[in-house]
Amino acid sequence: MTLVLEQLLNGVQFGVMLFLLAAGLTLIFGIMGVINLAHGSLYMVGAYAGAIVAAKTGSLLLAIPAALAAAAAAGVAMELLVLRRLYQRDHLDQVLATFALILIFNQGVTLLFGRQPLFVSIPPLLNGSVELLPGLSYSVYRLTIIAVGLLVAAGLSILINRTRVGMLVRAGATHRDMVRALGVDIKLLYTAVFGLGALLAGLAGLMAGPILAVQVGMGEQILIMTFVVVVIGGVGSVRGALFGALIVGIVDTCLRAFLPGLLRQVMAGSEADALGAGLSSMGIYLLMAVVLLLRPKGLFPSHA
Amino acid sequence: MKARGLLFGLATSLLMSAAAFAQQAPVKIGMITTLSGPGGYLGQDIRDAFKLAIEMEGGKLGGVPVELVVEDDGLKPGQGKQIAERMLKTDGIKIFTGIVFSNVAGATVPDIVDAGALYVSPNAAPSNLAGKECNANYFVVSWQNDSLHESAGQNATNLGYKRAFILAPNYQAGKDALSGFKRYFKGDVVGELYTRLDQTDFAAEMAQIRSANPDVVFQFHPGGIGIAFLRQYQQAGLLGKIPMVVAAPSLDAVTLAAVGDAALGLNVSSHWNSDLDNPANKAFMAAWTKAYNRPATYYSSQGYDAALAIASALKGTSGKLDVPALDKALAKADFQSVRGAFKFGPNQHPIQDWYALKVEKDGEGKLALKTVGKVLTNHGDAYAAQCKL
Repeated sequence: MTLVLEQLLNGVQFGVMLFLLAAGLTLIFGIMGVINLAHGSLYMVGAYAGAIVAAKTGSLLLAIPAALAAAAAAGVAMELLVLRRLYQRDHLDQVLATFALILIFNQGVTLLFGRQPLFVSIPPLLNGSVELLPGLSYSVYRLTIIAVGLLVAAGLSILINRTRVGMLVRAGATHRDMVRALGVDIKLLYTAVFGLGALLAGLAGLMAGPILAVQVGMGEQILIMTFVVVVIGGVGSVRGALFGALIVGIVDTCLRAFLPGLLRQVMAGSEADALGAGLSSMGIYLLMAVVLLLRPKGLFPSHA
Repeated sequence: MKARGLLFGLATSLLMSAAAFAQQAPVKIGMITTLSGPGGYLGQDIRDAFKLAIEMEGGKLGGVPVELVVEDDGLKPGQGKQIAERMLKTDGIKIFTGIVFSNVAGATVPDIVDAGALYVSPNAAPSNLAGKECNANYFVVSWQNDSLHESAGQNATNLGYKRAFILAPNYQAGKDALSGFKRYFKGDVVGELYTRLDQTDFAAEMAQIRSANPDVVFQFHPGGIGIAFLRQYQQAGLLGKIPMVVAAPSLDAVTLAAVGDAALGLNVSSHWNSDLDNPANKAFMAAWTKAYNRPATYYSSQGYDAALAIASALKGTSGKLDVPALDKALAKADFQSVRGAFKFGPNQHPIQDWYALKVEKDGEGKLALKTVGKVLTNHGDAYAAQCKL
């Protein structure tokens, strides 16, 4: 039982990381209609900036603003220099341009920092684990990730549903031309949304640093999952991104953790392992296919 | 007997000086290796060690002037194949070496040996080339892929572990790793998991390891994912609680530096270590440190041994590029390997000793791999019997 709970927590933690990336991606896609393949590169920029500042200064308090600022600055620069020219073009041009950005970011990071992965240690305050229930101890750092992610979700919900900027964002997502016709500086809004999405990606990268290896190409590994989240949740919907991310995180983790064991009850060990590994890596894509079949606009579509 | 040896030495040295007088063009050696991408440091170490061996002999191997032609395959099998074709046809190269990864070797080596050229592998040795498809022109100085993990299995058995939990990525080399381990592990396997090759978060696997509570964990995760695995093993509080055995590719001097304290106490099995006590290794380590001033990996040792092996073949034919004669000379393994005892088995793969290493802190508190004992003696491979040469 504690194993199930622990795996659920692992799933939630993974889901929260996916949410931070998916929130930005879904806003950018929903509002500007841009498919930003280079979103994973912003995650990488945040991770590198955090890792390097933490290594040079030894201070996490400096690493946090550094990572957020670097990712947001990279995002704003990306929007101003490249994407701004592509809003009127079709999706193929956008995909090609943002794919080129991936290559440029990866090569740039390789030139600056080399191919060897960087490592960040967990801050001493968050190192260790707490006993949540008898027999269930869980890493404090991973719990912190869950808490930060849920706080960000609450903050985004307030920002989008309760503030003037949020109103413009919602309006931009559904009636882009009308917003422009009302005299709103849509260009500034686009840049701001892009910067916000980049900042969240940078936050995800910063928090991933101490768990995973900070290395070139780390963004592409998680980007595909992020797109699955956006499709399941519904394009342009932050609420959809949150629930989609939690669903994908929990389903993926639980399939990986329990499917081989369940299959072993009905077939030989090695076959069960091979089949279980195969099925569990397919799981979330199957889920995406089912969602697309039943609810083509996702579970929480923004254009109701 | 002694007099004959002396005479033979005299004769060869005379022959060699005759060759030198003739001012023959240097023998070209084609090195196709991986120098770019995350695995780039592997090829770099092989190349640099090979160059070192040539420099130590003053631009010669086995007394024959040589020229090393290096090309980067970029870890792409197609690219390796193209480079081999160009070197064979345009440059007329007869001696090849260098390939790091098994998938590149699988696409490239058959072309080279079928074209009647010699290939000496400094690293990759997939099982299909070791058994039925073995070839008189194909030599391996490193190991057969499975042997790495067989040695880890034997190491776990020797250390007295009874219940093992084993993990590897879900691809061919991962499956080979687990089956190699199981071939030599005498205890029970209480859990067997395949991870995804692109997976970086192992929280779910850590929870399963903890709940299975085995005596030992064996894992094979090469490169960056292995580093992430070890760090999460430490973060999950498993390091120090459940011991781990790994094979050499999961922990070399470069990954050790990146992993840091999360590697402390790890049991590694390898065919070479920087502290092996034999004259050839001491000479190699001194020259390597002087030339490059960075830690030598086992890839370096294999690049160096590949150069020595080719030197012994060239010496045997006095520099004549007659491939069957080179094969014959090479098969004798008449060189001092930095590993100590070394000979070729019937499929021209090594028969060698495997050592148990442990990650410990040295006098200055720096992490280092220490040799603590022998795991297997004169170990060949499981495919030699299928090879009819």
